[in-house]
Amino acid sequence: MKYTFPLAAVIALVLIAWIGAQIPGMQYLFGVAIPYLAMALFLGGFCYRVVQWAKSPVPFRIPTTCGQEYSLPWIKQDKLESPVNASQVVARMALEILLFRSLWRNTKASVYDGPKLTYESSKWLWLFGILFHYSFLMIVLRHMRLFLDPVPGFVKALEFGDGILQIGAPTMYLTDATILLALVLLFGRRLINRQVRYISLANDYFPLFLIFAIATTGILMRFFLRTDVDIVAIKRLAVGLVTFQPSITTDIGAIFYVHLFLVSTLLAYFPFSKLMHMGGVFLSPTRNLPNNSRMVRHINPWNPDIKPHSYASYEDEFREDMVEQGIPVEKELPKKADD
Amino acid sequence: MYDSDKIIPGLIIFVLFITFPVWYNHGDASEVPKPELPKDVKECVLPVADMRAEHMQLLNRWRDLVLRTGDRSYDVKIAGKEYQKSLMNTCMQCHSSKKKFCDRCHTYASVTPYCWDCHLAPVE
Repeated sequence: MKYTFPLAAVIALVLIAWIGAQIPGMQYLFGVAIPYLAMALFLGGFCYRVVQWAKSPVPFRIPTTCGQEYSLPWIKQDKLESPVNASQVVARMALEILLFRSLWRNTKASVYDGPKLTYESSKWLWLFGILFHYSFLMIVLRHMRLFLDPVPGFVKALEFGDGILQIGAPTMYLTDATILLALVLLFGRRLINRQVRYISLANDYFPLFLIFAIATTGILMRFFLRTDVDIVAIKRLAVGLVTFQPSITTDIGAIFYVHLFLVSTLLAYFPFSKLMHMGGVFLSPTRNLPNNSRMVRHINPWNPDIKPHSYASYEDEFREDMVEQGIPVEKELPKKADD
Repeated sequence: MYDSDKIIPGLIIFVLFITFPVWYNHGDASEVPKPELPKDVKECVLPVADMRAEHMQLLNRWRDLVLRTGDRSYDVKIAGKEYQKSLMNTCMQCHSSKKKFCDRCHTYASVTPYCWDCHLAPVE
Protein backbone atom coordinates (compact mmCIF):
# COMPACT_ATOMS: atom_id res chain seq x y z
CA MET A 1 0.00 0.00 0.00
CA LYS A 2 0.99 3.59 -0.48
CA TYR A 3 1.56 4.23 3.21
CA THR A 4 3.22 0.98 4.27
CA PHE A 5 6.39 1.65 2.30
CA PRO A 6 7.01 5.13 3.77
CA LEU A 7 6.19 3.78 7.24
CA ALA A 8 8.70 0.95 6.79
CA ALA A 9 11.28 3.48 5.54
CA VAL A 10 10.89 5.65 8.65
CA ILE A 11 11.11 2.61 10.94
CA ALA A 12 14.25 1.52 9.10
CA LEU A 13 15.78 5.00 9.58
CA VAL A 14 15.02 4.86 13.30
CA LEU A 15 16.61 1.43 13.58
CA ILE A 16 19.71 2.45 11.60
CA ALA A 17 20.37 5.35 13.96
CA TRP A 18 19.34 3.44 17.08
CA ILE A 19 21.72 0.56 16.41
CA GLY A 20 24.40 2.58 14.66
CA ALA A 21 24.76 5.10 17.47
CA GLN A 22 25.57 2.33 19.92
CA ILE A 23 28.54 1.09 17.94
CA PRO A 24 31.67 2.71 19.41
CA GLY A 25 33.10 5.39 17.13
CA MET A 26 29.91 5.81 15.13
CA GLN A 27 28.79 8.77 17.26
CA TYR A 28 30.86 11.11 15.11
CA LEU A 29 29.21 9.77 11.97
CA PHE A 30 25.67 10.32 13.31
CA GLY A 31 26.45 13.40 15.37
CA VAL A 32 28.79 15.33 13.09
CA ALA A 33 29.32 13.95 9.56
CA ILE A 34 25.69 13.22 8.65
CA PRO A 35 24.31 16.53 10.01
CA TYR A 36 26.91 18.49 8.01
CA LEU A 37 26.18 16.49 4.88
CA ALA A 38 22.44 16.95 5.35
CA MET A 39 22.78 20.70 5.86
CA ALA A 40 24.96 21.01 2.75
CA LEU A 41 22.38 19.05 0.74
CA PHE A 42 19.59 21.19 2.15
CA LEU A 43 21.17 24.55 1.34
CA GLY A 44 22.69 23.46 -1.97
CA GLY A 45 19.59 21.61 -3.11
CA PHE A 46 17.27 24.42 -2.06
CA CYS A 47 19.23 27.06 -3.99
CA TYR A 48 19.56 24.71 -6.98
CA ARG A 49 15.80 24.12 -7.14
CA VAL A 50 15.00 27.82 -6.83
CA VAL A 51 17.51 28.72 -9.56
CA GLN A 52 16.05 26.00 -11.81
CA TRP A 53 12.60 27.48 -11.30
CA ALA A 54 13.93 30.97 -11.95
CA LYS A 55 15.30 29.78 -15.29
CA SER A 56 11.86 28.68 -16.45
CA PRO A 57 10.21 31.51 -18.32
CA VAL A 58 6.66 32.52 -17.54
CA PRO A 59 5.71 33.74 -21.01
CA PHE A 60 2.38 35.26 -20.13
CA ARG A 61 0.43 36.45 -17.11
CA ILE A 62 -1.21 33.54 -15.35
CA PRO A 63 -2.43 34.90 -12.00
CA THR A 64 -5.48 33.13 -10.69
CA THR A 65 -7.92 35.92 -10.04
CA CYS A 66 -11.02 35.50 -7.94
CA GLY A 67 -12.41 39.03 -7.98
CA GLN A 68 -13.16 42.11 -10.04
CA GLU A 69 -10.14 43.21 -12.03
CA TYR A 70 -9.02 46.82 -12.37
CA SER A 71 -11.50 48.49 -14.71
CA LEU A 72 -13.48 51.69 -15.13
CA PRO A 73 -13.32 54.13 -12.21
CA TRP A 74 -16.84 53.45 -10.93
CA ILE A 75 -16.34 49.68 -10.81
CA LYS A 76 -14.78 48.65 -7.51
CA GLN A 77 -11.60 46.63 -7.95
CA ASP A 78 -10.90 43.65 -5.69
CA LYS A 79 -7.35 44.59 -4.78
CA LEU A 80 -6.38 41.29 -3.11
CA GLU A 81 -8.03 38.92 -5.54
CA SER A 82 -6.98 40.75 -8.69
CA PRO A 83 -3.89 42.80 -7.86
CA VAL A 84 -2.44 45.14 -10.47
CA ASN A 85 0.68 46.54 -8.82
CA ALA A 86 3.53 45.48 -6.59
CA SER A 87 2.02 46.56 -3.26
CA GLN A 88 -1.23 44.69 -3.94
CA VAL A 89 0.77 41.60 -4.94
CA VAL A 90 2.86 41.86 -1.76
CA ALA A 91 -0.32 42.05 0.33
CA ARG A 92 -1.78 39.05 -1.46
CA MET A 93 1.44 37.03 -1.10
CA ALA A 94 1.83 37.95 2.57
CA LEU A 95 -1.67 36.73 3.36
CA GLU A 96 -1.00 33.58 1.36
CA ILE A 97 2.32 32.82 3.07
CA LEU A 98 1.38 33.83 6.60
CA LEU A 99 -2.29 32.81 6.73
CA PHE A 100 -2.65 30.22 3.91
CA ARG A 101 -5.46 32.26 2.43
CA SER A 102 -6.12 30.04 -0.59
CA LEU A 103 -6.78 27.04 1.66
CA TRP A 104 -9.37 29.16 3.44
CA ARG A 105 -11.31 29.05 0.18
CA ASN A 106 -11.20 25.27 -0.07
CA THR A 107 -14.52 23.70 -1.00
CA LYS A 108 -15.92 20.21 -0.85
CA ALA A 109 -18.04 18.89 -3.71
CA SER A 110 -20.66 16.25 -2.97
CA VAL A 111 -23.29 14.58 -5.13
CA TYR A 112 -26.77 13.92 -3.73
CA ASP A 113 -29.75 12.05 -5.19
CA GLY A 114 -31.30 13.90 -8.01
CA PRO A 115 -28.47 13.95 -9.03
CA LYS A 116 -27.62 17.20 -7.36
CA LEU A 117 -24.11 18.57 -7.03
CA THR A 118 -23.34 20.86 -4.12
CA TYR A 119 -20.23 22.74 -3.06
CA GLU A 120 -19.68 23.72 0.52
CA SER A 121 -16.87 25.45 2.34
CA SER A 122 -14.35 23.04 3.86
CA LYS A 123 -11.82 24.70 6.12
CA TRP A 124 -10.38 21.58 7.75
CA LEU A 125 -7.28 21.50 5.59
CA TRP A 126 -6.62 25.15 6.41
CA LEU A 127 -7.01 24.47 10.13
CA PHE A 128 -4.78 21.39 10.18
CA GLY A 129 -2.23 23.06 7.94
CA ILE A 130 -1.92 26.25 9.93
CA LEU A 131 -1.76 24.29 13.20
CA PHE A 132 1.05 22.17 11.82
CA HIS A 133 3.10 24.91 10.18
CA TYR A 134 3.05 27.34 13.10
CA SER A 135 3.82 24.56 15.59
CA PHE A 136 6.76 23.51 13.47
CA LEU A 137 8.00 27.09 13.16
CA MET A 138 7.81 27.58 16.93
CA ILE A 139 9.65 24.31 17.53
CA VAL A 140 12.44 25.21 15.10
CA LEU A 141 12.87 28.68 16.64
CA ARG A 142 12.76 27.23 20.14
CA HIS A 143 15.55 24.81 19.25
CA MET A 144 17.80 27.84 18.69
CA ARG A 145 18.44 27.75 22.44
CA LEU A 146 20.71 24.78 21.69
CA PHE A 147 22.56 26.50 18.85
CA LEU A 148 23.02 30.05 20.15
CA ASP A 149 25.25 31.03 23.01
CA PRO A 150 24.27 33.29 24.75
CA VAL A 151 20.61 32.58 24.16
CA PRO A 152 18.86 35.68 22.74
CA GLY A 153 15.77 37.10 24.40
CA PHE A 154 13.31 36.17 21.67
CA VAL A 155 14.11 32.47 22.09
CA LYS A 156 13.58 32.73 25.84
CA ALA A 157 10.29 34.55 25.23
CA LEU A 158 9.10 31.84 22.83
CA GLU A 159 10.08 29.12 25.30
CA PHE A 160 8.26 30.88 28.09
CA GLY A 161 5.12 31.27 26.01
CA ASP A 162 5.24 27.69 24.80
CA GLY A 163 5.67 26.32 28.32
CA ILE A 164 3.22 28.75 29.91
CA LEU A 165 1.05 25.95 31.32
CA GLN A 166 3.96 24.88 33.58
CA ILE A 167 2.91 21.25 33.47
CA GLY A 168 5.54 18.88 34.84
CA ALA A 169 9.28 19.22 34.75
CA PRO A 170 10.81 19.67 32.25
CA THR A 171 7.90 21.92 31.32
CA MET A 172 5.51 20.57 28.72
CA TYR A 173 5.43 22.57 25.51
CA LEU A 174 2.11 23.42 23.89
CA THR A 175 3.57 23.07 20.40
CA ASP A 176 4.66 19.48 21.12
CA ALA A 177 1.02 18.60 21.59
CA THR A 178 -0.29 20.69 18.70
CA ILE A 179 2.23 19.38 16.15
CA LEU A 180 1.39 15.75 16.96
CA LEU A 181 -2.32 16.54 16.85
CA ALA A 182 -1.94 18.34 13.52
CA LEU A 183 0.09 15.48 12.03
CA VAL A 184 -2.50 12.93 13.11
CA LEU A 185 -5.25 15.10 11.62
CA LEU A 186 -3.36 15.63 8.35
CA PHE A 187 -2.70 11.90 8.10
CA GLY A 188 -6.30 11.09 9.01
CA ARG A 189 -7.50 13.45 6.30
CA ARG A 190 -5.51 11.50 3.72
CA LEU A 191 -7.00 8.24 4.95
CA ILE A 192 -10.61 9.26 5.47
CA ASN A 193 -11.29 11.58 2.57
CA ARG A 194 -11.75 9.22 -0.41
CA GLN A 195 -10.68 11.66 -3.10
CA VAL A 196 -7.59 12.73 -1.17
CA ARG A 197 -6.68 9.12 -0.42
CA TYR A 198 -6.91 8.34 -4.14
CA ILE A 199 -4.42 11.07 -5.07
CA SER A 200 -2.08 10.53 -2.07
CA LEU A 201 1.26 9.01 -2.94
CA ALA A 202 4.12 7.51 -0.96
CA ASN A 203 5.90 10.87 -1.12
CA ASP A 204 2.91 12.49 0.60
CA TYR A 205 2.95 10.02 3.48
CA PHE A 206 6.73 9.87 3.96
CA PRO A 207 7.20 13.45 5.26
CA LEU A 208 4.19 13.02 7.54
CA PHE A 209 5.65 9.88 9.10
CA LEU A 210 9.14 11.34 9.22
CA ILE A 211 8.05 14.53 10.99
CA PHE A 212 5.85 12.49 13.30
CA ALA A 213 8.87 10.36 14.21
CA ILE A 214 11.01 13.47 14.75
CA ALA A 215 8.42 14.99 17.09
CA THR A 216 7.94 11.70 18.92
CA THR A 217 11.65 11.12 19.50
CA GLY A 218 12.00 14.71 20.67
CA ILE A 219 9.19 14.32 23.17
CA LEU A 220 10.51 10.94 24.36
CA MET A 221 13.95 12.44 24.83
CA ARG A 222 12.67 15.43 26.78
CA PHE A 223 10.17 13.73 29.05
CA PHE A 224 10.56 9.96 29.14
CA LEU A 225 13.87 8.46 28.00
CA ARG A 226 16.07 10.87 29.88
CA THR A 227 18.89 8.45 30.63
CA ASP A 228 22.17 9.89 29.35
CA VAL A 229 20.42 12.89 27.85
CA ASP A 230 22.89 15.48 29.07
CA ILE A 231 21.61 18.80 27.77
CA VAL A 232 24.93 20.54 28.34
CA ALA A 233 26.79 17.98 26.22
CA ILE A 234 24.06 18.23 23.56
CA LYS A 235 24.33 21.99 23.46
CA ARG A 236 28.12 21.75 23.30
CA LEU A 237 27.73 19.53 20.23
CA ALA A 238 25.10 21.79 18.63
CA VAL A 239 27.11 24.98 19.20
CA GLY A 240 30.19 23.07 18.03
CA LEU A 241 28.43 22.13 14.80
CA VAL A 242 27.52 25.73 13.94
CA THR A 243 30.97 27.04 14.90
CA PHE A 244 32.76 24.25 13.01
CA GLN A 245 34.40 22.93 16.21
CA PRO A 246 32.17 19.92 16.87
CA SER A 247 32.99 17.70 19.81
CA ILE A 248 31.09 15.00 21.64
CA THR A 249 32.14 15.32 25.25
CA THR A 250 30.21 12.46 26.86
CA ASP A 251 28.08 9.48 25.92
CA ILE A 252 24.73 10.81 24.79
CA GLY A 253 21.72 8.48 24.76
CA ALA A 254 20.86 6.72 21.49
CA ILE A 255 17.49 8.48 21.36
CA PHE A 256 19.34 11.74 20.70
CA TYR A 257 21.12 10.27 17.69
CA VAL A 258 17.84 8.87 16.38
CA HIS A 259 16.29 12.34 16.64
CA LEU A 260 19.29 13.96 14.97
CA PHE A 261 19.46 11.36 12.20
CA LEU A 262 15.77 11.80 11.39
CA VAL A 263 16.20 15.58 11.27
CA SER A 264 19.22 15.10 8.99
CA THR A 265 17.09 12.89 6.76
CA LEU A 266 14.40 15.55 6.62
CA LEU A 267 16.95 18.23 5.69
CA ALA A 268 18.56 16.08 3.01
CA TYR A 269 15.18 15.00 1.60
CA PHE A 270 13.70 18.49 1.67
CA PRO A 271 14.96 19.96 -1.64
CA PHE A 272 13.96 16.88 -3.62
CA SER A 273 10.43 16.62 -2.30
CA LYS A 274 7.10 18.37 -2.17
CA LEU A 275 8.37 20.09 0.96
CA MET A 276 9.98 22.56 -1.45
CA HIS A 277 6.64 24.38 -1.35
CA MET A 278 8.48 26.40 1.31
CA GLY A 279 10.44 28.07 -1.46
CA GLY A 280 7.87 27.42 -4.14
CA VAL A 281 5.15 29.47 -2.50
CA PHE A 282 7.22 32.58 -3.22
CA LEU A 283 7.68 31.61 -6.85
CA SER A 284 4.18 30.52 -7.80
CA PRO A 285 3.23 32.61 -10.84
CA THR A 286 -0.48 32.14 -10.25
CA ARG A 287 -0.03 34.15 -7.03
CA ASN A 288 2.92 36.46 -7.51
CA LEU A 289 2.07 38.03 -10.87
CA PRO A 290 0.00 41.19 -11.00
CA ASN A 291 -3.06 40.93 -13.24
CA ASN A 292 -2.00 43.86 -15.43
CA SER A 293 -2.05 42.38 -18.91
CA ARG A 294 -4.42 45.16 -20.07
CA MET A 295 -2.11 47.89 -18.75
CA VAL A 296 1.38 46.61 -19.57
CA ARG A 297 2.54 44.88 -22.72
CA HIS A 298 4.21 41.58 -21.81
CA ILE A 299 6.49 40.16 -24.44
CA ASN A 300 7.26 36.49 -24.62
CA PRO A 301 10.98 36.27 -23.72
CA TRP A 302 11.84 33.75 -26.44
CA ASN A 303 10.04 35.50 -29.29
CA PRO A 304 12.32 35.67 -32.37
CA ASP A 305 13.30 39.17 -33.44
CA ILE A 306 10.97 39.78 -36.42
CA LYS A 307 11.31 43.14 -38.15
CA PRO A 308 8.09 44.80 -39.35
CA HIS A 309 7.57 44.34 -43.09
CA SER A 310 5.12 46.84 -44.61
CA TYR A 311 3.30 46.24 -47.90
CA ALA A 312 5.22 49.07 -49.56
CA SER A 313 8.58 47.49 -48.76
CA TYR A 314 7.22 44.05 -49.70
CA GLU A 315 6.24 45.43 -53.11
CA ASP A 316 9.66 47.09 -53.44
CA GLU A 317 11.27 43.71 -52.83
CA PHE A 318 9.14 41.68 -55.25
CA ARG A 319 7.95 44.27 -57.80
CA GLU A 320 9.76 42.81 -60.79
CA ASP A 321 8.42 39.32 -60.12
CA MET A 322 4.91 40.65 -59.52
CA VAL A 323 4.87 42.59 -62.79
CA GLU A 324 6.22 39.56 -64.60
CA GLN A 325 3.42 37.42 -63.17
CA GLY A 326 0.80 40.06 -64.02
CA ILE A 327 -0.03 40.87 -60.38
CA PRO A 328 -1.25 44.49 -60.04
CA VAL A 329 1.22 46.77 -58.27
CA GLU A 330 0.69 50.16 -56.66
CA LYS A 331 3.87 51.65 -58.11
CA GLU A 332 4.92 50.72 -61.57
CA LEU A 333 8.42 49.65 -62.49
CA PRO A 334 10.63 52.58 -63.45
CA LYS A 335 10.72 53.26 -67.19
CA LYS A 336 13.75 51.78 -68.90
CA ALA A 337 16.18 54.29 -70.34
CA ASP A 338 16.04 53.01 -73.92
CA ASP A 339 12.21 53.16 -74.24
CA MET B 1 17.47 33.30 -15.26
CA TYR B 2 14.43 35.56 -14.98
CA ASP B 3 13.66 38.03 -12.17
CA SER B 4 17.15 37.56 -10.78
CA ASP B 5 16.92 41.02 -9.17
CA LYS B 6 14.33 39.59 -6.80
CA ILE B 7 15.25 35.91 -6.58
CA ILE B 8 18.97 36.25 -5.82
CA PRO B 9 18.44 38.66 -2.87
CA GLY B 10 15.66 36.32 -1.69
CA LEU B 11 18.01 33.34 -1.77
CA ILE B 12 20.75 35.30 0.00
CA ILE B 13 18.30 36.25 2.77
CA PHE B 14 17.22 32.62 3.03
CA VAL B 15 20.79 31.31 3.34
CA LEU B 16 21.72 34.01 5.88
CA PHE B 17 18.60 33.18 7.87
CA ILE B 18 19.28 29.44 7.91
CA THR B 19 22.94 29.94 8.83
CA PHE B 20 22.08 32.53 11.49
CA PRO B 21 23.67 30.45 14.33
CA VAL B 22 26.99 30.52 12.45
CA TRP B 23 27.07 34.36 12.38
CA TYR B 24 25.63 34.73 15.84
CA ASN B 25 28.25 32.60 17.62
CA HIS B 26 31.22 34.24 15.82
CA GLY B 27 32.78 30.81 15.28
CA ASP B 28 33.37 30.40 18.96
CA ALA B 29 32.17 27.27 20.74
CA SER B 30 32.20 28.66 24.25
CA GLU B 31 33.35 26.59 27.19
CA VAL B 32 30.97 24.11 28.74
CA PRO B 33 29.75 25.44 32.09
CA LYS B 34 31.12 23.77 35.19
CA PRO B 35 28.75 23.94 38.15
CA GLU B 36 30.63 24.33 41.42
CA LEU B 37 30.33 21.13 43.46
CA PRO B 38 30.28 21.08 47.27
CA LYS B 39 33.70 20.41 48.74
CA ASP B 40 32.95 18.33 51.80
CA VAL B 41 30.20 16.01 50.48
CA LYS B 42 30.89 13.67 47.60
CA GLU B 43 27.56 11.87 47.28
CA CYS B 44 24.12 13.08 46.27
CA VAL B 45 20.67 11.55 46.80
CA LEU B 46 20.97 9.79 43.45
CA PRO B 47 24.00 8.81 41.32
CA VAL B 48 25.50 11.68 39.31
CA ALA B 49 24.18 10.53 35.90
CA ASP B 50 20.66 10.17 37.26
CA MET B 51 20.81 13.53 38.98
CA ARG B 52 22.02 15.17 35.82
CA ALA B 53 19.21 13.68 33.74
CA GLU B 54 16.35 13.54 36.20
CA HIS B 55 16.81 16.09 38.99
CA MET B 56 13.94 18.21 37.67
CA GLN B 57 11.60 15.25 37.68
CA LEU B 58 12.70 14.31 41.18
CA LEU B 59 12.11 17.84 42.45
CA ASN B 60 8.73 17.96 40.77
CA ARG B 61 7.76 14.65 42.36
CA TRP B 62 8.94 15.84 45.78
CA ARG B 63 6.96 19.04 45.47
CA ASP B 64 3.74 17.22 44.59
CA LEU B 65 4.17 14.60 47.33
CA VAL B 66 5.09 17.07 50.04
CA LEU B 67 2.30 19.46 49.15
CA ARG B 68 -0.31 16.72 49.01
CA THR B 69 0.72 14.51 51.92
CA GLY B 70 2.95 16.75 54.01
CA ASP B 71 5.32 13.82 54.36
CA ARG B 72 8.90 14.94 53.93
CA SER B 73 10.58 11.66 54.80
CA TYR B 74 12.91 10.37 52.13
CA ASP B 75 14.82 7.30 53.24
CA VAL B 76 18.22 8.11 51.88
CA LYS B 77 21.21 8.19 54.15
CA ILE B 78 24.47 9.65 53.03
CA ALA B 79 27.35 9.17 55.42
CA GLY B 80 24.92 8.35 58.22
CA LYS B 81 22.90 11.51 57.77
CA GLU B 82 19.26 11.28 56.77
CA TYR B 83 17.85 13.62 54.16
CA GLN B 84 14.29 14.76 53.64
CA LYS B 85 12.33 15.77 50.56
CA SER B 86 13.15 19.45 50.51
CA LEU B 87 14.73 21.87 48.08
CA MET B 88 15.89 24.32 50.72
CA ASN B 89 16.81 21.87 53.47
CA THR B 90 18.31 19.11 51.34
CA CYS B 91 19.59 20.36 47.98
CA MET B 92 20.58 23.85 48.99
CA GLN B 93 22.33 22.66 52.14
CA CYS B 94 25.24 21.32 50.10
CA HIS B 95 24.69 23.24 46.86
CA SER B 96 24.46 26.45 48.79
CA SER B 97 24.99 28.83 45.87
CA LYS B 98 22.24 29.12 43.28
CA LYS B 99 24.44 31.26 41.07
CA LYS B 100 27.43 28.93 41.13
CA PHE B 101 25.49 25.68 40.91
CA CYS B 102 21.96 25.90 39.46
CA ASP B 103 22.35 28.88 37.21
CA ARG B 104 25.52 27.84 35.42
CA CYS B 105 23.93 25.08 33.36
CA HIS B 106 20.46 26.59 33.38
CA THR B 107 21.70 29.81 31.83
CA TYR B 108 23.78 27.94 29.26
CA ALA B 109 20.84 25.75 28.20
CA SER B 110 18.27 28.54 28.63
CA VAL B 111 16.26 26.71 31.26
CA THR B 112 14.21 28.86 33.63
CA PRO B 113 12.74 26.61 36.31
CA TYR B 114 10.00 28.23 38.33
CA CYS B 115 11.28 26.98 41.70
CA TRP B 116 12.10 30.54 42.65
CA ASP B 117 8.60 31.83 41.97
CA CYS B 118 7.74 30.52 45.48
CA HIS B 119 11.06 29.68 47.16
CA LEU B 120 13.33 32.48 48.21
CA ALA B 121 16.64 32.22 46.44
CA PRO B 122 19.62 32.45 48.80
CA VAL B 123 21.00 35.95 49.11
CA GLU B 124 24.36 36.08 47.34
